[in-house]
Amino acid sequence: MPYLELKSVSKGYGSNGSRTEVLRDVNLSIEQGEFVAIVGYSGAGKTTLMSILAGLIRPDTGSVTLEGREMSGPGPDRGLVFQNYSLLPWLTVAENVRLAVDQVFPEKTEAGRAAHATEFIEMVNLAPARDKRPHELSGGMRQRVSVARTLAMNPKVLLLDEPLSALDALTRANLQDEIARIRAQQKQTVVLITNDPDEAILLADRVVPLTAGPNATLGESFIVDLPHPRDRKALNHSARFRELRRDISEYLLRSRQDRHATVTRKLILPDIDPEDLSVPRNMLGRTRPLRSSEAREATVEVSS
Amino acid sequence: MSHHVDLSQLSKVYSTPKGPAVIVKDFNLRIAKGEFVTLIGHSGCGKSTVLSMLAGLNDITEGVIILAGKELVGAGPDRGVVFQSPSLLPWYTAFENVMLGVEQVFFTASAEERREIVEYYLTVVGLGDSMHKRPAELSQGMRQRVGIARAFALKPKMLLLDEPFGMLDSLTRYELQGVLLKLWRENRITTLMVTHDVDEALYLSDRVVCMTDGPEAEVGDIIPVAFPRPRERQAVMDHPDYYPLRERLIEFLEVHAHKKKHAAPVTPAAPAAPVAPLVEAAPAPSPRNDAMLVTA
Repeated sequence: MPYLELKSVSKGYGSNGSRTEVLRDVNLSIEQGEFVAIVGYSGAGKTTLMSILAGLIRPDTGSVTLEGREMSGPGPDRGLVFQNYSLLPWLTVAENVRLAVDQVFPEKTEAGRAAHATEFIEMVNLAPARDKRPHELSGGMRQRVSVARTLAMNPKVLLLDEPLSALDALTRANLQDEIARIRAQQKQTVVLITNDPDEAILLADRVVPLTAGPNATLGESFIVDLPHPRDRKALNHSARFRELRRDISEYLLRSRQDRHATVTRKLILPDIDPEDLSVPRNMLGRTRPLRSSEAREATVEVSS
Repeated sequence: MSHHVDLSQLSKVYSTPKGPAVIVKDFNLRIAKGEFVTLIGHSGCGKSTVLSMLAGLNDITEGVIILAGKELVGAGPDRGVVFQSPSLLPWYTAFENVMLGVEQVFFTASAEERREIVEYYLTVVGLGDSMHKRPAELSQGMRQRVGIARAFALKPKMLLLDEPFGMLDSLTRYELQGVLLKLWRENRITTLMVTHDVDEALYLSDRVVCMTDGPEAEVGDIIPVAFPRPRERQAVMDHPDYYPLRERLIEFLEVHAHKKKHAAPVTPAAPAAPVAPLVEAAPAPSPRNDAMLVTA
């Protein structure tokens, strides 16, 4: 029996006349300990899918089960990391993490909860910044706080909703490596949503494409059978990496092209050159534009 | 004259309370007519500074830029610029936004011809059915298409692209790269693009210029990209040279990232720390900031 399962899930917004089906007939089974990446376009319904997995919204039809039990709402068994960090600005790093720990482990002693929070702050290498407030931290560090806070709840499933999309390329690469390292330690079940096929291949055991919306649905899985740890640079030598990279982007680009009808239009592009605006208009000496063809034929007299 | 654009001994120095900060130093680059050159480097390395000097939006401290045989002075419509964010006027439709510049440089043409130019470029970028919508009604990818149409419609001598697809998701980025390449192929406008996306650089350009990290950024490595044109993404990626080149570029970026972290070049005249925020208006947080804050 799969650990986390979506069965013919559909979700739409709006009422009868102007209704848009965002997701249609989505099926997904995830095994315990598996790292699944869902890749899709922005606006395809990725966040809707994640909200359904987190229990923040209910699907119109279909069911979501975790360990065979139907999900009825959000809970600490599913930890969610958002793109925008969602930290409380008046609390320090340690306090933000403690907030989650105190909620989830009320039975632990004060000292036990403090030690638990510290463990996860250290895991994301933020121990030296534990007393800083979010505005003192860079985007990459804020996202690490958010990851620590989520992991500290010991969730059964870690849900990552485009966690790195707001970061610059270098910080993103560093955090990808950190997610891979933590995953190797914790062996958690992870669902990552991303728009970057490379990120998906680098981190996941399985990549599932989400077709372009509306009526988005999940395509067939691509198994990423590349050995861990994966090195961004060395992967370029792997034929399997190249093949996966090509197939996944091909699949997604095609899913979008299928939606476009081809129309042939006849257009005219006038064959004229732009005017040099540094020449005053009254000095131009002509009132009609220069054709590109004329410009080529023009002869210039040079007095020596 | 063999070179269309010639950047010679280009330097950019900002004065800060802690003394002059040298962002770019002795930067030399020649671009042939019709060539597509990409500048690649990390955020804050000074690549956008070079581009904005070429656009005439930023004063040159030292050195000279020659475009089509003339020294550059100030900004002008002979250089089309596409920024990371398309900066459209929100109260104008896509059509009116493109028309704004077309009216200026084609003032001798008839109104009919101007309309044809605007419609042509907006249709080619895929906005044939949305050209009378305002920016608020368009997706981010569609807005950037308007930005591309606006730049090409002016028939510039040179095209300057500053991370034009940086804000788009990877898949939309693929599509717009295709749109850009198609237009570029038809017009063969000399282009300088700034990016940190290795795949984008390889797919589009004839040459990739790697910039070392600032301060005092200069040309590090120049890699010719000889894939046959017209290019098809899949064929380029299947080319036997593609992945070796990709690895070389990733390696260049990684090496420079590490240099930055472990041995930040701090000289009394140009302290490394305050430089990054000056290079770009809104620099993305870099790991160097991480390190600073932790030790603070």
